[in-house]
Amino acid sequence: MNSTPVLQLKGIHKIFPSVHALKGVNFTLRAGEIHALLGENGAGKSTLIKVMTGVYQRDSGDILLDGQPIFPNNTGDAQALGVSTVYQEVNLLPNLTVAQNIYLGREPRRFGLINWGKVNRDAQELLKGYDLDIDVTLPLSSYSIAVQQLIAIARGVDMSAKVLILDEPTASLDADEVQSLFRIMRDLKARGIGIVFVTHFLDQVYAVCDRITILRNAQLVGEFETATLSRSELIGHMLGKELAALGDHKPPTNSECGDALLNVQGIGRNATLSPTDLQVCKGEVVGLAGLLGSGRTELCRLIFGVDKKHNGSITFNGKTVNVNSPRDAITAGMGLCPEDRKHDGILGQLSIRENMILARQIKQGWWKFISRKEQEEIANRYVKELSIATSDIEKPIEQLSGGNQQKVILARWLAANPSLLILDEPTRGIDIGAHAEIIRLIRKLCDQGLALVVASSELEELVAFSNKVIVLRDRQKVAELEDGDINPQRIMQAIASN
Amino acid sequence: MNTLSKNQNLRRYLWPCAGLLVLLVINVIIAPEFFHIEFKDGRFYGSLIDVLNRAAPVALLAIGMSLVIATAGVDLSVGSIMAIAGAVSAYYITKGVDNLALIIGAGLIAGLIAGIVNGFLVGYMSIQPIVATLILMVAGRGIAQLVNEGQIVTFDHSGFAFLGTGSFLGLPFPVVLVIITFAIVQLLTRRTALGLYIEAVGANPSASHYMGLNAKAIKMSVYCVAALCAALAGMIAAADIRGSDANNAGLWLELDAILAVVIGGASLMGGRFSIFLAIIGALIIQTLTVTIILSGIPPKFNLLIKASAIIVVLLLQSPLFQKQLAQLKFRKATSVTNTAKEAKNA
Amino acid sequence: MLNRKFIPLAVTCCLFFLLFGIGSIQFDGFGTPRVFFNLLSDNAFLIIAAVGMTFVILSGGIDLSVGAVIALTGVVCSVLISKYQWHPLVVFPVVLIGGTVFGAMMGAIIHYYKMQPFIVTLAGMFFARGLASVISEESIPIEHEFYNQVSAFGFEIVGEAWIGSSTIICLMVLIVAIIAAHYTRFGGRVYAIGGDANSSALMGIPLAATTIHIYAISSFLATLAGIVYSFYTFSGYSLAAVGVELDAIAAVVIGGTLLTGGYGYMFGTLMGVLIMGVVQTYISFDGTLSSWWTKIVIGGLLFCFIALQQLLVRIKPR
Repeated sequence: MNSTPVLQLKGIHKIFPSVHALKGVNFTLRAGEIHALLGENGAGKSTLIKVMTGVYQRDSGDILLDGQPIFPNNTGDAQALGVSTVYQEVNLLPNLTVAQNIYLGREPRRFGLINWGKVNRDAQELLKGYDLDIDVTLPLSSYSIAVQQLIAIARGVDMSAKVLILDEPTASLDADEVQSLFRIMRDLKARGIGIVFVTHFLDQVYAVCDRITILRNAQLVGEFETATLSRSELIGHMLGKELAALGDHKPPTNSECGDALLNVQGIGRNATLSPTDLQVCKGEVVGLAGLLGSGRTELCRLIFGVDKKHNGSITFNGKTVNVNSPRDAITAGMGLCPEDRKHDGILGQLSIRENMILARQIKQGWWKFISRKEQEEIANRYVKELSIATSDIEKPIEQLSGGNQQKVILARWLAANPSLLILDEPTRGIDIGAHAEIIRLIRKLCDQGLALVVASSELEELVAFSNKVIVLRDRQKVAELEDGDINPQRIMQAIASN
Repeated sequence: MNTLSKNQNLRRYLWPCAGLLVLLVINVIIAPEFFHIEFKDGRFYGSLIDVLNRAAPVALLAIGMSLVIATAGVDLSVGSIMAIAGAVSAYYITKGVDNLALIIGAGLIAGLIAGIVNGFLVGYMSIQPIVATLILMVAGRGIAQLVNEGQIVTFDHSGFAFLGTGSFLGLPFPVVLVIITFAIVQLLTRRTALGLYIEAVGANPSASHYMGLNAKAIKMSVYCVAALCAALAGMIAAADIRGSDANNAGLWLELDAILAVVIGGASLMGGRFSIFLAIIGALIIQTLTVTIILSGIPPKFNLLIKASAIIVVLLLQSPLFQKQLAQLKFRKATSVTNTAKEAKNA
Repeated sequence: MLNRKFIPLAVTCCLFFLLFGIGSIQFDGFGTPRVFFNLLSDNAFLIIAAVGMTFVILSGGIDLSVGAVIALTGVVCSVLISKYQWHPLVVFPVVLIGGTVFGAMMGAIIHYYKMQPFIVTLAGMFFARGLASVISEESIPIEHEFYNQVSAFGFEIVGEAWIGSSTIICLMVLIVAIIAAHYTRFGGRVYAIGGDANSSALMGIPLAATTIHIYAISSFLATLAGIVYSFYTFSGYSLAAVGVELDAIAAVVIGGTLLTGGYGYMFGTLMGVLIMGVVQTYISFDGTLSSWWTKIVIGGLLFCFIALQQLLVRIKPR
């Protein structure tokens, strides 16, 4: 195997206003290898890729391509240097034809005009090299994502790629499509191209990758040879053990479970989640474990009615509830803190106070207005109770740090007096101090009799507070662990087992 | 503890109000009689009252428009809706209907129907607001002409004319209508949660969905409110001239209404709104017109000055421009200190 | 199988022939080459403006300043020619350059300050109309031998059909625009930005330059349309061509271009203008229908095409 590094990143730091996204990360890619880049959401994978491809500029550190330092200012620069990227959401143009997409910006011309005949012939010829014999004059949108991905790869490689970055290329492919993608990847590897492969499917990592780099919490965990790294070691590295202080299994003890508060029977949605059962009692925490894409988030969204379920039923507080929208779930007495705080959680321009009272207001109905005085009381109370670091409840929430934003979202639901709270990755992307606080808070809430469903990629965290852990893999439930069985090893085994 | 919040809220109100104040001061300087108000025959007269009266239609439109813009939308059809409402009420008057409530009701219902059409296209068919309301902007005037059968329909109905030319407690009746509408909409949005819902949908549609807000219904309602305001403004315009002119009633007023809202500091991207500031915006536009007249600049400069004002306001709202301004200031400051240092060293 | 992307264009073409056919059956002298070519010459300025608008809409933007630029052009031309005695052939390049710079500035503001096209071009519209009325509030006649010659120029073809200078200019613009949109790298960039500006940037398309070019072209063509318009009226008037931007937008949409950008054809825009022209001709032939029906019909057509587009976008092919 060729062992010269084609792309080297040394001590990369990237700092955003609210978060330190990369803390001195190193990464080495050799020519002619497939190198997996792994990590959970918020670990820093996508930031690292964006630094490599010029979407972001690094704050410090070096990028060496063939030993020469490079400073790409945009993706065009990176492409010209030989670093191409194919994203999960294929970043081509659905409205243009396949051939146009491949040659956009570099179309062969004759007499100053684009020579469409040659564009189409060349594109057809090029794609044959990727086992694609398709009509290149049709719009890109007429083909499946798998084909679009191959087209994007063909474009990237044709623009003289030395380095090809594949960002979650297999997320929406079926098994056959994945195999043909792998064939192409091995083919390109044999041609001496270095491939960075980002994925959350561990099987695929073992199937094609030579080496693995793992990131966690914006830091490098390590670089490993695939052949010598066992699956459970790998999962251990990804999910981490840093929160050892919280590691004692200390679930809330006052759970008094006669009839379950929430009883979910066979809830599922085509292509999203196989039918799944779930029971939660008052004062109990149920943890949802699993890797990214395992169905954690999907289960949360289905219970709360964000997505419409295709099958299954929900009993809440002894009554069958028909949850077709978040409003139904809220009326029944549930709350959901979504995973993507910025996109689905905060109302950036609005004040902390308004963000906090909105769920309660919606539960009461628009005509029963919560008076300004009461709003301020609620907001001040939660600012104090959750020790939210702000001088002022009228500050727009977007000016807070991630951890404090998360606390405001928690307060939003607490103010609505739910009997069940679903937290999807409540500690994602927040600093370690706030992290510990939120975990303390979860314990406290349970002691007050609230039932919680918590999805998390932090195993130690789940172990610390769960009465019960549901393990998901490949969009279905694969295990349900109770009290004594709840420890990181058992969860990892359940995730890793085939 | 609340000083910061007060500062932020103050800053929102500061610029538009200061702008209006500056214009008023300029007016007084160049024409001292500007603030002169006379009480005659049971009503006030004076330049200031004139400004209020003339600004009334745009202020009404701006009330509705500020809600629409808060949901990250825009309603281009309000001018046409004015024409339709004016035409419909004129139609009933000329058909011999004498009951004022019926006439006004008919105009408002015509407006409401237009609002429902807009709300349906934007909320339920998810067509971009500019495009959806463009349809009624084009077709609306045709419909108004159809109702009028292509004529300028004049009428004589003292009750209806009161809408445009009457007075109440000494104030011109259009101004009274603006105050009433302002009070109603303000109550509806700020004494219930509707205002917060509207801001939430504009600020982050996805998060609003996660909290169970019905964005479709909220959009429908804001386009209906905008259309109702427009219908009222249309009837005032018709009552003012005792006739319905489908071609010119409310022509280009949708643009003035959008500008009023923007001058009031609202972002076209949606989110925060203030009806009060939108009305201040409408007053600024009208006062600026008067300022131009008073200062002896020929009225033909009106549009050019207005355009320049808009461009300045838009630029001032742009984050990049603010940054560039800050850099300019910084550079000046550093160059000053540098020269000071050099002077010292020398 | 008919390629999906041609459906709106096909509908537009069929609609035109349907309307023209109905008119021909109903009225004597409707279905003649003369009426057809009159559609072209009567609407030449609108076609030119709509071609510029097509570039803008294809890129996902909108330009509300078109009508005002036409009026401003007329006023500047008439002042320079009648008051200052410039030769039209000197005036035209000057106004065309001025118009292009105006559009480029709007494009630059839209791109660099990240403002919505509609509000920026709205300010541009006020600015252009304002400047026009500052220059002259009255209509200024244009008297110049060159104007007489140009507007008299032309030749007759079959069936008393007359091809005049405005028709020739508008057809030339159309041909160049079709080539630019479909056979140059610039055209590809316009479609790319309209499809997805983020992806385009990731694929290395220069967003700033392309956006500025697009609005510069739109204003250039609006200026040219203003020149052609002045051949009809022999005058410049600051309140001329009110609402032409709406007609142009309507023509582009009826021509099958997606208002959200990325899909559409230059040729469709021609058909869109012709459909609007046929509706007008039909109404004037009929005599009993009133002119306001034009607006209502165009509004109805706008609705139908927007609904059709929404339908095509919703039902994604698999």
